[in-house]
Amino acid sequence: MSEEEKKVVAQEATNNPTAGEVSVNSLAYTTGQEVVKAEKKEKRHMGLKAKRILGNTVVYIVLVIMSIIWLAPFVCIVLQSFRCESTWMTGYIIPHKWGFDNYVRLFKNTKFPRWFLNTTIISIATAALQLIIILCMSYTLSRLRFKGRKALMNAMLVLGLFPGILGMIILYRILADLNLTQQNAIPGLILVYTASSGMGYYVSKGFFDTLPKSLDEAARVDGANRAQVLFKVILPLSKPIVIYTLLTSFMGPWGDFVFARYVSFGTSDGMNVAVGLQNMLGSAGSINANYTTFCAGGVVVAIPITILFMCLQKYYVEGVTGGAVKG
Amino acid sequence: MKQYTDLEYLKLSGPEKFANKFSRFFFGIPHALLKFLKAIGRFFANIGKKIAHVFVNIYRTFVCGDWKTRVSYFIMGFGNLSRGQILRGLLFLIFQIVFIGYIAIWGWKWLAQMGTLGTVGPEEIYDEIYDSYITIYHDNSFKILLYSVLTLFFCVGYIVTWYFNIEQNRIAEEIIGSSKRKALKKACKKELKAAQDDAAKEEIKARYKAEIEAVPVKKLRSGKDDVRSLVDDQFHKTLLALPLIGILIFTVMPIVFMILVAFTNYDGAHNGYSNNLFHWVGWDNFNTMLNWKTGNKAYSAAFGEILAWTLMWSVFATFTCYFLGMFVAIMINKKGIKLKKVWRTILVLTIAIPQFISLLYVSKLFADKGIVLTYLQKWFHVPETFSFYGPNATAWTARITVVVINIWIGIPYLMLMATGILMNIPEDLYESAKIDGANVFQQYVKITLPYIMFITGPYLLTSFIGNMNNFNVIFLLTGGAPTNAAASAASGSVGYTDLLITWLFKMTTGANSEYYMASVVGIMIFVVTAFIAMIVYNVMPSTKNEEDYQ
Repeated sequence: MSEEEKKVVAQEATNNPTAGEVSVNSLAYTTGQEVVKAEKKEKRHMGLKAKRILGNTVVYIVLVIMSIIWLAPFVCIVLQSFRCESTWMTGYIIPHKWGFDNYVRLFKNTKFPRWFLNTTIISIATAALQLIIILCMSYTLSRLRFKGRKALMNAMLVLGLFPGILGMIILYRILADLNLTQQNAIPGLILVYTASSGMGYYVSKGFFDTLPKSLDEAARVDGANRAQVLFKVILPLSKPIVIYTLLTSFMGPWGDFVFARYVSFGTSDGMNVAVGLQNMLGSAGSINANYTTFCAGGVVVAIPITILFMCLQKYYVEGVTGGAVKG
Repeated sequence: MKQYTDLEYLKLSGPEKFANKFSRFFFGIPHALLKFLKAIGRFFANIGKKIAHVFVNIYRTFVCGDWKTRVSYFIMGFGNLSRGQILRGLLFLIFQIVFIGYIAIWGWKWLAQMGTLGTVGPEEIYDEIYDSYITIYHDNSFKILLYSVLTLFFCVGYIVTWYFNIEQNRIAEEIIGSSKRKALKKACKKELKAAQDDAAKEEIKARYKAEIEAVPVKKLRSGKDDVRSLVDDQFHKTLLALPLIGILIFTVMPIVFMILVAFTNYDGAHNGYSNNLFHWVGWDNFNTMLNWKTGNKAYSAAFGEILAWTLMWSVFATFTCYFLGMFVAIMINKKGIKLKKVWRTILVLTIAIPQFISLLYVSKLFADKGIVLTYLQKWFHVPETFSFYGPNATAWTARITVVVINIWIGIPYLMLMATGILMNIPEDLYESAKIDGANVFQQYVKITLPYIMFITGPYLLTSFIGNMNNFNVIFLLTGGAPTNAAASAASGSVGYTDLLITWLFKMTTGANSEYYMASVVGIMIFVVTAFIAMIVYNVMPSTKNEEDYQ
């Protein structure tokens, strides 16, 4: 190396004394940072994943516990209905002796088949009639505009605030005057269930409100009258709400034990299942004699209704959510 | 309270914003009340105006109408018949004949007795042939009240139809132009009187003649048109006829009857027929129920206590189910959760199975010596004296138990509803929130919750009112137990978990069958619910614009 060359190197070295180091350092630094970043990212990713798994596990645990709570009573009632050793209310769940005694007793010793038939007739008739009335009411209030429409809706709202139970006394007397009580309770109950069902038009109206108005207008332009619009345009589109209305009005009579008890007072032929089964648990003595029979009856009633409901659940959910969205 | 502009408001910190909103809400209440009172005032003023308008119309139609119209004031449908609208005319005429016949034969008797609700009660008469006392029944207060209410309904219906009949005449005259021609003739006579010479008179006559002939003569609707319009522009009448008649007889009439019963002493001992007649007592029953000073203190105290619990129950039952149900819906709809349908179906079981089975069975599960208590005693050594709602339970144990079991019933409805709403929330809201760096919790608080709250606002109100009248849960679970000795002094066996509605039911079915008090309670329930509904509707931002959805 010549003197001159040495000088240049030395000069360079003095000019930027840490240049080489720095560049190396900075390189190391950046790559190090990138690695840390990537690690962090991975960690966070892992964290997120772990978090999500943890969250999902918590949710699963809660859901499983909830399912147990929700199912427990129904499992209990089924188990108790197969218990043979006693008809009493007992403090344990699993029967000591299994068998169909309670079901046999239910069908032989009580008038359960008659009650079941009564309720089926009532609920089928109620479903059909309520469907007509509710559709008439909700369609009119939703899609036709006429004088007094708002006033009518407000009046319904106010009427709905009166407790319905109080009308029982007078409705019972009207039915008694028409000779529709006791033995003839079935037509009487159908009449009462359907007559004022127009008040429950809200969900159905909410559905009709969502159908576009242009449908009506197009049909009107084509020369259809309003009845034709209803039967040829709107009804074919209303399958969900028709099924929803049928389902809810079919299920209603199965649970009515207040008014039905009034109307069928003093006779067991005119009872529906709710009244008949509830009577079994009416008094302490009755509970001891009939507790497991009640369980059997409950199972027999619940199974067909539950199956029906589960098959049509989709429509029910649509109705409930639609109703909520419309208020 | 400080008023902020929008910009100032945005600059505020979180708590300050909240405080501002909070105070604005409560300062808003008097304003809303005032607005509400004004609306009521306007409502009645409008009704007054309308009634005045009706009377003016009746008078004017009579003065200006032709002889056919005037005869129609006494014979309904005469105008329609004489103008060729046979169908309408006949309907009016038949209605009038039926009404007059009914009033003449039966109606007047009921109306005449309405003031007293019967004067002659049942009496015992010695029968010589059978050598025993037999009871002879006379007036029947219940029937008198029922049929006089029905007769009054009929009378109102008649008056409305009569007015309608007059309106028909006025409209018919306008359509065929007779009213206009009559006015023209009148004006012609007036001008003729004022005219000076014959030439001018001739000119006026000719002018008016032309004018009168120019009045268009339109045809009235025939019976055929009427029938056709029932499926077209009058379709609402066809559709509403059946439902409204049903509601009138089976909802409105019982309510009117029930309100009237609150002013009588109708109960088991005065059943109006076989033991004693009942009669009007004015405001006595309301006095007994509500007056703390002079009334029966047992009633007012029991009423106060039960009302307080009813309101508490509604608040707890509504909000526990609301928030927990929403929470469950969000859990089930969380991303990555599998078997969504299964979880939903399990919960929905409580909706599918009739409540009288599920609730009655659950009530026995939690009863003394029921399965739950037995296991609690066996495993957790719960003291023997503990009871959920047996006769020895404390008031608050029973109440809390009822609220908790109600969650079991209520969550599934809310879960379904919230699921539907959650699916409706536009996905892009979440995406843009994510881009802006919002975490899951922030997304929930700022998007999900407000969205659901906004949509379910009206539902909260209806659910609150529904819970106030939640007969099934209380009646099937506890039947009101444990007994509240102090409140039971009033009527029947009132319990700590009794709501107003179950109290009402116990009154009607209890030993004394105090129908009059039950009616008072029913009216009070209406007053309370209506009051709450009105306030909430006026304070709450209205989310109910039905046209928005079409």
